[in-house]
Amino acid sequence: MSKKQWFFGFLVVLAGAVIVFAPLLVRAVPPTRRTFRVEASQFAYLPAVLQVNPGDLVTIELVSMDVVHGLYLDGYGVSVTADPGQTAHLTFTADRSGSFRFRCNVTCGALHPFMIGKLQVGPNLWLWRAIALTALAMLAILILHPSLPKAQAS
Amino acid sequence: MRLMRSELTRFPLVKTLLKNRWPQLLVWFVMLAGFLFAILSGFFGTPVGNRNFGIVFVWIAWWAVLILVAVPFFGRGWCAVCPIPLPGEWLQRGAIMDPPGKKPRWFNLRWPNRLRNIWLQNLTFTLVALFSSVILTTPKVTAIVLSAMLFLAIGMSIVFERRTFCRYLCPVGGFIGLYAQAAPMELRVKDKQTCLACKDKPCYNGSPAGYGCPWDVFPGGLMKNTYCGLCMECLRTCPYDNIAINTRPFSADLAKPSTRMDEAFKAFIMLGAAMIYAGVFLGPWGGLKLAAYSVGSLAWFGYTAAFLAFTFGLLPALFLGAVWIGKALTKTTLALKKAFTAFATALVPLGLMFWVAFSLSFVLTNAAYILSSLSDPFGWGWNLFGTAAITWQPYLTPLLLPLQTLVLVGGLLWTGRTAQKAGLEVKISPVPVIVFSTVTTIAMLGLLL
Repeated sequence: MSKKQWFFGFLVVLAGAVIVFAPLLVRAVPPTRRTFRVEASQFAYLPAVLQVNPGDLVTIELVSMDVVHGLYLDGYGVSVTADPGQTAHLTFTADRSGSFRFRCNVTCGALHPFMIGKLQVGPNLWLWRAIALTALAMLAILILHPSLPKAQAS
Repeated sequence: MRLMRSELTRFPLVKTLLKNRWPQLLVWFVMLAGFLFAILSGFFGTPVGNRNFGIVFVWIAWWAVLILVAVPFFGRGWCAVCPIPLPGEWLQRGAIMDPPGKKPRWFNLRWPNRLRNIWLQNLTFTLVALFSSVILTTPKVTAIVLSAMLFLAIGMSIVFERRTFCRYLCPVGGFIGLYAQAAPMELRVKDKQTCLACKDKPCYNGSPAGYGCPWDVFPGGLMKNTYCGLCMECLRTCPYDNIAINTRPFSADLAKPSTRMDEAFKAFIMLGAAMIYAGVFLGPWGGLKLAAYSVGSLAWFGYTAAFLAFTFGLLPALFLGAVWIGKALTKTTLALKKAFTAFATALVPLGLMFWVAFSLSFVLTNAAYILSSLSDPFGWGWNLFGTAAITWQPYLTPLLLPLQTLVLVGGLLWTGRTAQKAGLEVKISPVPVIVFSTVTTIAMLGLLL
């Protein structure tokens, strides 16, 4: 690689670091109390996607519609179990932003390992950062190694 | 800086370990025992998948090792120790160790010329993929599938010569071969002239020192990893010490684009299946999971139709469009079909990284079941190692999203470079193919993040 390409590569890495680590301005919404009734049945949660704002006090009322189901929230490490026909409560403060999967943590049948829902705390910034990184990667490929074969293009 | 090739077999210890049959045989016995145990636990153990050794060890432990380590770093390394062809091969040869004096009387037929491609492997993988929700979660079905593979391999070894099952039918072998091209390891001859001058070709035909290539490959003509099963027979039979195991740069085989449509479609099937699996198994859509699981129902037929339309229709069609635009940009006279197969080579690293990203999530969230099923493989209440009651919890989930992003963006960079090299070979602009790869990467990010 030429010095120019090394320099450009360095710039790309720098831009990548900015995309990953730069703080982003997100419209602050005052925290509120949010309650969701989530029905769990083999092998889905309804609703499966919960949207809250950072700082919200979240209560999930987990209602089991058939067999015993659980709900374990990735990233927060909290969980709750509901017996058939019963409602169990899980309350926590959504103090971590991002996208978090929640999963059934009580074996409930064949597709149990894939019984998954999603809690979205604030906007999914990581996804947008990842998309920006992808676009940067594409630009880097095209600029670092111009691709149009010269013999044909001329 | 490019990593140079380095011959591993120049180290006497490595060479002895690879040439001697005993180390491989010991690993085979362990693998065969584990494989048979997985079948037994599937048939006789608990029907609860995540408590059954067969499900947990095949679809979590083995899958993790295969897709996260074995394939990316050792290519067909798994095929070198896979237990499935062994009983059939031992029957076919009439021996477990060195070749016996006389050959056993089996049919020893040649595999039909029309089927000497990987279309059948594309079909078997697609079939497994369509039923995967059931296979992955139901111990008895996993046991039936594993048994079927074992008996099919035995039957084919009796009827046909060499490892016909591995080469032309195994649903796993097809994609391992495809992605082995990206691995930083290879088996090659040291000097092609030596092979040309060699009269008897014992590497292909066999000799008292070892068997002719079970994979029906002449090592002297090896250009890529796809069809070499790393069985080491040629290392044993070559009288000129002309076979080497080398380390090499990643994706060395991809510098020369493929010309085969069956390999191109293997790349699409793998790419499409990874995306569909990410949606079905890791997404929050319960209806989709049930549709994939309810085999024979109307919803399952809809899922099947969508799966087939996506992998065999939409993805190839969009890709063809990208290749066509690239061709139009460069005004080349090369046939569109040739350009299509050449650029499909670029999808090898993309697909591999899609599978790595998918598997990271799948494996890290389900790895806790490994320890519990190790202590209680049949789900009968045993506690062999004191780990049966370990509570399930996902591992390393805070690292998951950054890791998956790194893998997918890295895969795109890798694919972009591969597409550029393919573009230079066929003299067509790779830009539209790179854009196609970017869009599919963003779609995969959306599914996983």
